[in-house]
Amino acid sequence: MFEGREPIYHQIAEAIRGEILSGALAEEDQVMSTTQYATTYRINPATAAKAFAELVDEGVLYKRRGVGMFVAPGAAARLRATRRAAFFTERMDPVIREAALLGLSTEDLTAYLASQGDLEQTTKERP
Amino acid sequence: MNGYPVRTEGLGMSYGRTPALHSISLDLAPDRIHGLLGRNAAGKTTLLSGLAALRPASAGTILIGGQDPFENERLMEHICLIRESGDFIPDRRLSSNLRYLQLARPTFDLDYAESLLEAFRLDPRKRAQTLSRGQASAFGAIAGLASRAPLTMFDEVHLGMDAPSRQRFYDELLKDFVEHPRTIILSSHLISEVEHLLETVTILHDGNVLLADEADALRTRGATLTGPSALVDQHADGQTVVGLRDLGPTRQVTVFGDLDEESLRSAQADGIQVGSVPLQDLFIHLTNDEPREGS
Repeated sequence: MFEGREPIYHQIAEAIRGEILSGALAEEDQVMSTTQYATTYRINPATAAKAFAELVDEGVLYKRRGVGMFVAPGAAARLRATRRAAFFTERMDPVIREAALLGLSTEDLTAYLASQGDLEQTTKERP
Repeated sequence: MNGYPVRTEGLGMSYGRTPALHSISLDLAPDRIHGLLGRNAAGKTTLLSGLAALRPASAGTILIGGQDPFENERLMEHICLIRESGDFIPDRRLSSNLRYLQLARPTFDLDYAESLLEAFRLDPRKRAQTLSRGQASAFGAIAGLASRAPLTMFDEVHLGMDAPSRQRFYDELLKDFVEHPRTIILSSHLISEVEHLLETVTILHDGNVLLADEADALRTRGATLTGPSALVDQHADGQTVVGLRDLGPTRQVTVFGDLDEESLRSAQADGIQVGSVPLQDLFIHLTNDEPREGS
């Protein structure tokens, strides 16, 4: 945990976003409290609080006074939309650069993608 | 009760004619966990002794909660320094030591201290002088936590404890800090275990402040570049290199400073691995006076 150069609160926020996208955290689910987060991962509580503040700003989490933090309605759909926008530049471009270095052709890549079957189908079948 | 802010300006301290601290200026915000890092003899204990008013300053000022702590009895009740040596009454039982602390400190929580004794498996009937090094450290940690002092300082107390006890100490510290925020200073030269607990980091070196910053900011100010020597050199050019290591044709440099994220991305695009620098490594690089190996 916490390997990258990114500030830890970014990494925590990103981990929570990941859990929402994968469905591990559903809408209206309660997320761990700052204290639970701090003691579980042995990090400063202010760091955990910063991560939550960032997610509240994005509308991914919302706060119920005196109860805790919850996943906002529509959070997964919103995250998916943001990530789709960045998917090609952030994820595909490096893959394409690497493929070019390795002398792979566009046909090689499309053949591989085609062999993976229908992506939409794969998504739907996921539990 | 809230934590105290800690400020020093031009603070100098010396042992006889030997200066130990030169013109230290610190500004530690209240209710945060601050790290004070430095190698042996860097001045950590001297600085903490000054903040706890155990030694007079030879120059400059110390303000704790806006007041000078020196010979300020009311303020001293609210400043707790736990030293590795432990400052307990050796021939008294742990239970009497705790009762004594309760009399001396208005914020001391005896019930909490007793529950911690149990958590650390210390027998309250034992006399302080019969504790092993690890047990004495744990007892120090307990005294510091239960003091709930608005300024609580732990001077390398965790070093004597074994790994499970240290983890217990970190867990208790975090849990109690959330419920009772106060200003905490942890001094250490063993950094990897505590780096994520800290909000700010101050590195002392040879009696001077080498670096003071937010822990998160420090993490982004360092990076390692790993790849073919020539390519790494090309990308490290113009950045401050604090460490260098060669493994055959592969070179790893550690750069530190206001890094140019754009150039790091271009390094990555050229196939160089860009990694994070653990605080411990950064600390070693920055405080290592030996000539650097490699080239």
